[in-house]
This record gives sequence, structure tokens and C-alpha cells, in this order.
Amino acid sequence: MTDRTTTPGAADSENLPRKAEGRISHGDVRELRGPLLVMGDVAGVGWDEFASVDVAGRERHGLVLEVDHDLVTLQVLEGTDGMAPGNIRVRFAGQPLRIPVGPGWLGRVCNGRGEPLDGGPPVTGDTTLPVSGWPLNPVHREPPQEPVLTGISVIDALTTLVRGQKLPIFSVPGLPHLALATQIAAQATSGGTAFRVVFAAMGLTHADIAYVRDRLEERSAAGELVLLLNAADDPVIERILTPRIALTVAEHLAYTEGHDVLVIMSDMTSYAEAVREVSAARREIPARRGYPGYLYSDLASLYERCGRVRGQNGSVTIVPVLTMPAGDITHPVPDLTGYITEGQIVLSAEVAARGIYPPVDALSSLSRLMRSGAGAGRTREDHLDVAAQVLAALARARQAAELAELVGAGALSETDRSYIAYRGQVESGLLNQGHDELRSLDDTLGRAWSALATLPRQELTMLSTEFLDRYLPEGSEAS
Amino acid sequence: MATLGEPQAGTVVRVSGPLMEVDGVEGVAMLEILAVGPQRISAETVAIAGNRATLQAYEYTGGVKAGDAAVATGNQLTGLLGPGLLGQVFDGLMRPLSSAPLWLTPGRSTSEEDPGILARKWTFVPSAAVGEQVSPGDVLGTVPGAGSVEHRVLVPPGISGELAWLASESQVRALDPVARIGSREVSLAERWPVRSARPFRDRPAGAVPLHTGQRVLDLMYPLARGAAAAVPGGFGTGKTMLLQQIAKWSDADVIVYVGCGERGNEMADVLDGLSQLVDERTGGKLIDRTVIIANTSNMPMMAREASIYTGICVAEYYRDMGYDVVVIADSTSRWAEALREFANRNGDLPAEDGYPANLASALAAFYERAGRVTTLGGRTASVTVIGAVSPPGGDMTEPVTTDTQRFVRCLWLLDRDLAYSRHYPAVSWTGSFTRDEEAVGRWHTANGDPGWAKRRARAASLLAEADRLGDLADIIGANSLPGHERMVLLGGRLLRDGVLMQNALSANDGFCSAEKGAALLDLVLDVVDTCQKLVEDGVPATSIEQADHGPVLRAREETGPRDAAAVSSRRAEIVRGLEALR
Repeated sequence: MTDRTTTPGAADSENLPRKAEGRISHGDVRELRGPLLVMGDVAGVGWDEFASVDVAGRERHGLVLEVDHDLVTLQVLEGTDGMAPGNIRVRFAGQPLRIPVGPGWLGRVCNGRGEPLDGGPPVTGDTTLPVSGWPLNPVHREPPQEPVLTGISVIDALTTLVRGQKLPIFSVPGLPHLALATQIAAQATSGGTAFRVVFAAMGLTHADIAYVRDRLEERSAAGELVLLLNAADDPVIERILTPRIALTVAEHLAYTEGHDVLVIMSDMTSYAEAVREVSAARREIPARRGYPGYLYSDLASLYERCGRVRGQNGSVTIVPVLTMPAGDITHPVPDLTGYITEGQIVLSAEVAARGIYPPVDALSSLSRLMRSGAGAGRTREDHLDVAAQVLAALARARQAAELAELVGAGALSETDRSYIAYRGQVESGLLNQGHDELRSLDDTLGRAWSALATLPRQELTMLSTEFLDRYLPEGSEAS
Repeated sequence: MATLGEPQAGTVVRVSGPLMEVDGVEGVAMLEILAVGPQRISAETVAIAGNRATLQAYEYTGGVKAGDAAVATGNQLTGLLGPGLLGQVFDGLMRPLSSAPLWLTPGRSTSEEDPGILARKWTFVPSAAVGEQVSPGDVLGTVPGAGSVEHRVLVPPGISGELAWLASESQVRALDPVARIGSREVSLAERWPVRSARPFRDRPAGAVPLHTGQRVLDLMYPLARGAAAAVPGGFGTGKTMLLQQIAKWSDADVIVYVGCGERGNEMADVLDGLSQLVDERTGGKLIDRTVIIANTSNMPMMAREASIYTGICVAEYYRDMGYDVVVIADSTSRWAEALREFANRNGDLPAEDGYPANLASALAAFYERAGRVTTLGGRTASVTVIGAVSPPGGDMTEPVTTDTQRFVRCLWLLDRDLAYSRHYPAVSWTGSFTRDEEAVGRWHTANGDPGWAKRRARAASLLAEADRLGDLADIIGANSLPGHERMVLLGGRLLRDGVLMQNALSANDGFCSAEKGAALLDLVLDVVDTCQKLVEDGVPATSIEQADHGPVLRAREETGPRDAAAVSSRRAEIVRGLEALR
């Protein structure tokens, strides 16, 4: 085996390894295919090692995907466009990619590889960490249970976000998912404290990026925001790295610096497409819709980096945003995401068409951790029962509305008609709100009770007599 | 395990994620574990061609190079089975997580033998007599204080003869000998290759139901001890919640909870929840009857594949002591995906959806390790397996779901529409089945509830009829149906909301005794009968529908979890209220 610090044999030929900056540089290019670069005559390189690729004097970056005897397959983050076998020199870093971490990231704007876009110097830190992270020992995890108040009624009331949770937004192109994500980022507090926000943009258009920067300007100015921006016309493979850098920065801010960190990753569909592109170039056997069988594990290696640690202050809360191709929730990206995350907030074009912002389909949305983060001692004693009742009644109202379309509203029973009135009240009073409107939890729950009050009292079977007496508005239909 | 010769050092020639190929290892056996690279990460032999072996690595292989050494260990993947398992959390390779650091890096440990576990001293209390002839399964002694069940030290499989020496009551460590049988020493803990089923004598006939405390299961789709159940459901249908309820409330002696490729927060939640809940049967905590195997989705994939076997191996160990054990595996789909991932990297030809051709046989082999058996020691004991299935896109025709259905006794299908309307547990009454209803009915008849089968049949037909009429009412409006059919619709609603729905968070409703479940169902059926009589006698259906049915619907929440009498006592007043409508 070749010692990488010595030059083996003659280094005069272009293709033989050469020593440069203390590391051997390799030039024996065997294959270029899609984002892949296969190098020959390489020894002593480990799997998942980071590499810098010199292409006619300009630097690109690569990650080792496979080591096979003396062949090493790399994925080139910036893509292989313009690369020719004769003008490539590759130097391997001797270890997986590490980045500097620390508070120096706050207030910075960087590209998808973590290089500054704001004209500042490269981000530095006292320590470096591998971007792939390590699995957090589940025994050390603290079950998330402190509510995050976003000031957005539909989320706070019906799908409460909890500190340390991963709760994605499922959207379709054209819906205001970025407005919602940035509103969460701007307004969210837990126990009265605001979050540090790490925003990882993957494949967003420049218009979307400008919108995000504008919406979060205050947070950025306050030095509470990290922006990692991979635009739609930036290198595709770089997107594989962007969320990993974001999460590595976030984990350090949370568990070492003690901050509550909110990581927003948008758009995960673009990320998954980059993973698929690499997989296809490697000619791997696809599972569903061309996506590789390991997409679940790959997404989990990102989403699972949320959490709380026993005996420590900080937390990582993750809100991934993804657009469902053709609105299909069974598409592999939303489907696998839903299996990993702790619930989902589903946006619906149908709700948006009725003029409701945020256009959340409340019945398809769910926060799995709500049961531990809401209710007595967390938010308010009646919160969980009210949420369950609002949703159950919405389900019934939907049936009644469907029936009304078939048989006409006149043929409905009085009870069914009250459900239709209830739905209108929920939508206008509770669900609909402004892009910058921040509502207190009491306000939100009061609106929920007002809507429930349009139903006959005996329909409210999920609420105890005690709560009905205490919270149901006076003089309503129901009392 | 016997060593298969001198350790052999080979050389890594290829690394692709968890797949590694090694040249120059002579005499390595299939399933043998090799230690690879400077960090000695564990990898299992899955193929041998000439002197080249293909390995699946149980750790992150970052940094492993062509040219690194791979040393044969002579062992298969083994679990160290002894006192100290209950109440603890292990990873898929049975390495303790309770004592592991915050971040799980590959270098943390190379074997399941944690120094802390090996050093811990236990009290061994002998109960056999020197000079006896003993055979596998006989009790040599017990270890007090090792969880909520009596820990029995048994003669291991394959060893029999005269008990030549037995330790007196003393403090011993896991690997210290406690007995000598013939010339073989028996230590307090034993090693067992997790992929091999532990032997038993036979499978006796007859079915004894496992009481899960979840009404829809116990009343409609009961599971017999030693049977296997699958719980397929798309995301958000409440799979994990249902499994956690079963882990908390089912009347098994020991629970093995395998978190296989699932969420870290969930494992923390299970651990937290079980640590706080009191086990009513022992007065201890529920965690003391539980072993958690946690291989979350971000932990190494191939260890996820092993975790299922590790879990069932632990279960068989307690079964052999004579206990009823429930293995909960969440989720078997993630295990199947690990199989697929590796098969693909290995270049195997795929069968359906990229899964390897042996998927069905691998699933069958796993579920067949469930069973109610007579152990080698002559005790009746069981391993019940409950496996979650996560069908991609909620597609119930995908290979893992369809293959699993062939090998289980019970299917508890979770329905997305029920979950979205917050009907939990969202167990569908159209797609679920149990193959043991008759046997369980016979058991109930023999154990004080002869009406069980009849009650179940009535509930099933009421649900089916209400569904059929519901579809019709969706087209023509419920008001257009005749009165007796509207009463069926009302009855279906009372049955769904008042009996089948169960609030996992409620102190009264989270667990339901068999008697209370029966009383609730009887109450609803009585109310339906009363309503039908009223309609027959000319009372308008609308006035019956609009009556306050709260007392029926709230009975499950407002009476204690075992208080069947309080449910029954509501009947008279409810019926009187309805009769007043005449």
C-alpha cells in the first residue's frame, strides 16, 4: 500500500500520482459519467472521503462513493461539465468532509457548500465536525414536550409544533409554503424565547430566495439567521451537501452553544432528485419511481438530527418543506418523509382556492408529538380535547358538504346543516389569517370554541361537561 | 461459539457503503463476523467465492480503505443472554445503549460484551441438587432482582448429564461458571447466535388469547398467545401509538420492543413512558418487564437488519424460562428495506419493487419463530410477534404487505380515513382479520364468557350493515332511509364511537379490561335493540337520532378501566331515557 505522504515512483508522467501540498494528487481518470468521476491507480483512500478536484486551475469538490481495488468513484458536487480526462488532478483529504462550526455562522449568507456569498471572509470556528454527523444515542434523547408557539392558529391549535420535533410542510407548486415556513421562522417562540434559524435552500429559484431573505431580514440583522443557498441554477449535486452542513451547524449551536435552533430545509424534493441523479449514474437498481432503495435511510440521516438531549438546554427542530409532484402524497419523497417525520402539515390547492391562508388541509395534517406538547401544564387544559373535537367535526362537516352537493342543502338534516355552518366558521374565524399576523394561544383557542359553538351541544361528545361549561361561549347556538 | 480455527487476516478490496469485499480470507464461514480496518468494525459474511468474501458492515464504513485488514473472529453474531436485559436498551447488535455515549461513533465498541455488564455481580440462588441427571431447560437456579419476572438459569440446549457441581448462593458475574454438567461448565449468562431459533419440545394445541387492553382488538380481532400479527398502515395512521399501547397494557410477562429503523424520539418516548407507568401485576415499573432494542433509522442500516433477530432471540430466551413474551417489531418494512439495500449493492437480481427474491421466505422464517410451545424444560410458554408494516404510499399490494399477510394469524389493518377523522385506534373492520376467532371463542366459553363469539358476530354484522347503509345514505340522504335502517346507522355510530374508539391518553380509557369491553359492547347492542323497538312502535327516527347519546358515548371515558359494573349500571337509565320518547 502506498504511503500517501511519499511520492511513489516517478511523478513525471501526467497520469501518475504527484505530491502537492502534502497530499498526493492523482490524475489517472478512467471514466466521467453524469456527476461521477472514476479515478484509477489510487491507494489508501477510504470510503466517504472528501476530495478536492482541480479542473484546469479551478477547484471543484468530490465525495468518495466507492473504493474498488485501485479504482475510486467520486461524485463531483459541482458536476462534471467541462471536465476532460487530461486536465484533472484529484487530492484526497484523508477523511470525510468536516466543516468549522460555531457562532461565526450566525448572520452569514453562504452558498450550498458553505462558502460565503455575502462578501465576508470564510466562516471559521474553533472546532470542526464531520458533516454526516453521528447518530444520537436514543437513550440520551429527551422526549420533546415543550410546545413551540408559532402564532399561526391552524398550527398552534390543531398540529402543535414541539421543540425538538421534525414536522414537514407538504405543498404543491404554486402554494405559499415559503410564506408559511418563513412566518414560522419569524414568529416561533418556545417558552418565550425566539429560535436561531438555519435556512437551507435547495434548488429554490432566485425569486424565492429573494423572498426568503426579505421575509427573514429582521432575524438576519439580529444575527440569529444562517442562510445556505443553493439556487435552482446552482450545481445539483451540491444539494446533497447543503442540508448536512445546515444540520451540522445547527447541532453545534444547539448542543454546544445551548440555543434552540430551527432548521428549515426547502425544497426536499429537489434534494431527493439530486440523490436520484447520482444513483442513476451509478446504475443502481431503483425502488420506486427511479429513486434508490436507500432514500428512506438517506432522508432519515437528515431528519433524525432533530431532538433534545437529556440534561442539555439546546434543541434542534426541523421543518422540511417539500413540493409533492402533481400533488401526489404517495410520491416517494412525501411518503418516505411522512414515515420518518413526526407528522406533516399538508397544504391544499383546494383550500387555497377558497381564499384561506395558510391553506392547510387540517384533516390530512398531524403533529404526532402534540399529545405530549399540548394540554394541561403545556398549553391549556382544554387544548387536546378542543383540537380533537374541531377535527372530528370537520370530518363530519366534509361528509355533510359532499352530501349537500349530491342531494341539495335543503334535503340535509338540521344537524348536517349546522355542520356546514360550522365549517364556514372554522375556516374564516380560525384557519384564515394574515401573512404577518401573530395570534396568542388564548386567541386561537377562543376562535376554536366560537366555531364549535355553532354546533348543537350534544354533538360535542369529545368535550367534557366541565370544559363545555367553562369555555363554550355564552348565548351560542349550543348552550 | 467454537472458534473455527486460527484468526485469518484478509485484505479489503472494495467498499461501497455497507458492502465490503475481502480477499484472502481462508476458511471463513457464512454469517461469520469479521473485524475490519483499524477501528475493527463488525461485518458479517454474506457470500463467499473462492477466497473472496462479501461482507455487510454493521457500522458506518467511512474511512475504510482498499488494503485494510479484515480479521475473522470465528463467531457468528451472538447475543449475551443473562440477567440484566430487562429494563435496558440495546442496539441491533445487542450492545448496550444505556451505557453508551451521546454520539454513536463506530469506534465505541466492537462487541456486545460491555465491560459494565460483564463486571456486574448478581446473586445466584441454586435450586437443583448435585448428582441429579439434568437435561436442557431444567432450572439450575434463580437470580433475584433481575427485572419483574423471576430470572431462571437453565441448562442450555445441547448439554445434559449428571450435575457434577453447582455454585452455592453467591455473587457471580455474567461469565462466571455456576454449574458443571458432566465435564461442561455452564456460566450465568450464555451466548447464542441470534439468527438461530432456540429449540423447544413441541407446539401444543389450543389457543389462549393475549389480552391487549385495546377493545377493537380484544373484541373483534383477538390475537392468541404465540401467534403473529401484522399491523400495516400508512404514515399517520397511528401504528406506533397502537404498538406502544400494546407494549404498555398487554398481559404478557415480558415485552421485547424492537425499534427497527424508526424514530429516535419515539424510542425515547417508549423508554420514558414505560419508566413511569406502574405494572399493576408486580407493583414495579413496566420498564422492568421490557427489553428495548433500538436501531433508529439513522443508525447503521445492516444493524437494523440484525435487530429483528436480536429481538426475537431475547424473546426466546425468556420463553424458555416459561414466560409469555410479546415481541413488537416497528417496522418490519424497514428491515425488508435493509435486505433490499444490501441485495442491490451486491448486484442480486431483484424480484418485485427491487426486493430480493428471498423476501417472502425471510419474512416467513421470522414470523414462524412465534409460537406457543412446550419448552425443553416442559413449561408452556409463548413468543407472540406483532410486526408493523409500513407500505409505501399506503399501497397494500406492495410485496412486504402482501407477503406478510400470508404468514400471520392476525391482520390489524390501519385505515387512513379513520385516522384522518381521528378515529383511533384506526383498525379497519373491513380489511382486518383474525384466523383464531373460533379457538379464542372456545377459550372464552370455557373461561366464563360464553357470549363472546355471539357478541362479536353481532358487532361485526352491525358494522357491515351500517357501512352498507352509510354508502347508500351518502347518495340519497339518511332522511330518505326507512326508520329501522336509520337505527342501524345510529347503532353503527354508537358502536364505532362508544366502543371501538379508544383514547390512548385517558387514564380511564387507555386500557380496557375484557369485562369492561364486553359490558360496553353489550350496552350499545342493548341500546340498538331498544331503538329498533321504538321505531317499530312508531317513534320518529329523527327524535331518536337527536336524543342525547352522550351517556353511551362517554361511558368508556367516565368509568374506570376495569369497572364493568359501572358501565352496566348505566343501562337502565339510558333505556328509560329512550323509552320516554314514546
